[in-house]
Amino acid sequence: MTAVIQARGLGKRYGRRWALSDCTLAIPAGRVVGLVGPNGAGKTTLLHLTVGLLAPTSGSIEVLGGRPAGSPAQLAKVGFVAQDSPTYAGLSVADHLRLGARLNPGWDDALARDRIGRLGLDPARRAGKLSGGQRAQLALTVGIAKRPELLILDEPVAALDPLARREFLQGLMEAVAEHELSVVLSSHLVSDLERACDYLIVLVDSRVRVAGAVEELLASHHRLSGPRRDPARLPADQHVVAASHTDRQTTLIVRTDAPILDPAWTVSQLGLEDLVLAYMGKPTHTAHTGRNHRPTLEVQR
Amino acid sequence: MIWLTWRQFRAAAAMMLAALAALAVVLALTGPGLAHDYATGIAACTTQLGGCSDFVRRFFNDHQGPFLAVTAVVLVLPALIGLFWGAPLITRELEAGTHRLVWNQSVTRTRWLAVKLALVGLAAMTAAGLGSLAVTWWSSPIDKAAHTFNFPKMSPLLFDTRGIVPIGYAAFAFALGVTVGMLVRRTLPAMAITLAVFVAVQLAMPLLVRPHLLPPTRSTIQITESNVEDFQFQLGADRLRVSAKAADTGAWVLSSHTVDASGHTVDTIPLSPSSGPCAPSGRPEQTLSACLAEIKRLGYRQQVTYQPSSRYWPFQWYETGIYAALTLGLAGFCFRRIRRRLS
Repeated sequence: MTAVIQARGLGKRYGRRWALSDCTLAIPAGRVVGLVGPNGAGKTTLLHLTVGLLAPTSGSIEVLGGRPAGSPAQLAKVGFVAQDSPTYAGLSVADHLRLGARLNPGWDDALARDRIGRLGLDPARRAGKLSGGQRAQLALTVGIAKRPELLILDEPVAALDPLARREFLQGLMEAVAEHELSVVLSSHLVSDLERACDYLIVLVDSRVRVAGAVEELLASHHRLSGPRRDPARLPADQHVVAASHTDRQTTLIVRTDAPILDPAWTVSQLGLEDLVLAYMGKPTHTAHTGRNHRPTLEVQR
Repeated sequence: MIWLTWRQFRAAAAMMLAALAALAVVLALTGPGLAHDYATGIAACTTQLGGCSDFVRRFFNDHQGPFLAVTAVVLVLPALIGLFWGAPLITRELEAGTHRLVWNQSVTRTRWLAVKLALVGLAAMTAAGLGSLAVTWWSSPIDKAAHTFNFPKMSPLLFDTRGIVPIGYAAFAFALGVTVGMLVRRTLPAMAITLAVFVAVQLAMPLLVRPHLLPPTRSTIQITESNVEDFQFQLGADRLRVSAKAADTGAWVLSSHTVDASGHTVDTIPLSPSSGPCAPSGRPEQTLSACLAEIKRLGYRQQVTYQPSSRYWPFQWYETGIYAALTLGLAGFCFRRIRRRLS
């Protein structure tokens, strides 16, 4: 399988603070990847490293086999819509399409015009006068009409109301289906990504906590509840992601590829949101198992 | 990329064009009349007794206001270009976040910057060149008379605002604005710093660098009736302060002082206004010539250090070259910086 994004030991430091550290990832092609994490976890840093707006402090990153922003050809292959969908306030919608056409050899003008027409945007209107949702759609249109192989969106729906959010994601999914794009989009809300993504990366405190296909993540994570006991005494192949205890009861979220055989546990499936929240909790739970010192947990294939 | 640069720059360019066009119209309407007045005035006064010095003095006095106004236009034009074209060029993108949009199109940052610097930089140089050309043409009769009011051709005010140096200043101010903007990343502070640095450079140039572009000429001249400039006795002391000006009226005098027979600098000459050759006797002109003869007999002369007006064009080229080199240095820094550091 070819990786659209291949990061090895990737890190970025601002002064003395690491915004991203020791990030090792291999994102397969043809996926819609959700990058989740709380605000300030390093999502934007990772995406900026991917598009070459930032240079790594340590490690390396390859995108579609090339150095991010290394050449016009590389730039043409990767589309990026930055946080808050920046557009030129003084330029009209038509000017933005013209900008895209002038600056991208692979520009699909028919696609861009069609999208703008379907969205009902007035081409003569200045981008500064558009609503947040319209601006996001305009930025997405420029990103898509460039016909990239990989489209990266940084918090594309954060500033949108729920209706605009749904429309935006719907438009994105249609474009993905139509043009066979790989997509990476970030959000601090899982619910935004739940319907759209088939691959998930959870980033917390500048580190990748878990990465994998949604289906496999859901299949390998379980909630165990039963009488109180020490999580350290679990079988070796069960990694505790999160644990909570009451006086008499213990509830664990564990990751394992093997079936749970212990009859003392009541096993239930996790939703994606619960899964992500479990990883967003304090990392001491993972350290607690004593078996896995690597902060990066990857789903075994 | 050229289209986008033009699209973003056209409003500023149109404003500059309108301002320059307005200036050009005013100058074109008044310039021929001015040149005609000067030519007829000179033609009339050469035949008159007493020569042209009175006419020249009056001519400059009459046109001093507009002269200073157009000179000020050329003086501040490069600074305005640095402030309003240079500093916001990149900070505006950084502040609006649009750099993240434009740097992710299929154009490298280096190319993006190259087109912006080249196009806007050329516009800056053209604007300053046209402004200087128009003012140099219009003001040429006044400039000829300006030395009577201590504005010789080579003096900093006239040198900085005529000829080709404004082109160099504009290019430098623009590159300086872009560089500061890239480092400071915010428009208003970048504009303030650009202005401060540009003013500092513009002051340092005539004070520290230009006098030494070529070794200045030093000449020791007799003080005569035709070149005597300052002639006054100190109150209560029998001492005379006197000075003379160089024959080259367009020269930029760097220093001028009286020296005695052995070549030592003296402040004043020990001559009394009440007795001896300098005491009033007969007509004032007679007194003056008798006094100057005595000064000559005592061996006092005027030592003048200056940059002669014959060096006007070499100096214009040298200085433009210096600013061009500074501009290229700043541009090189910008290219390095945009590739490595900026995001």
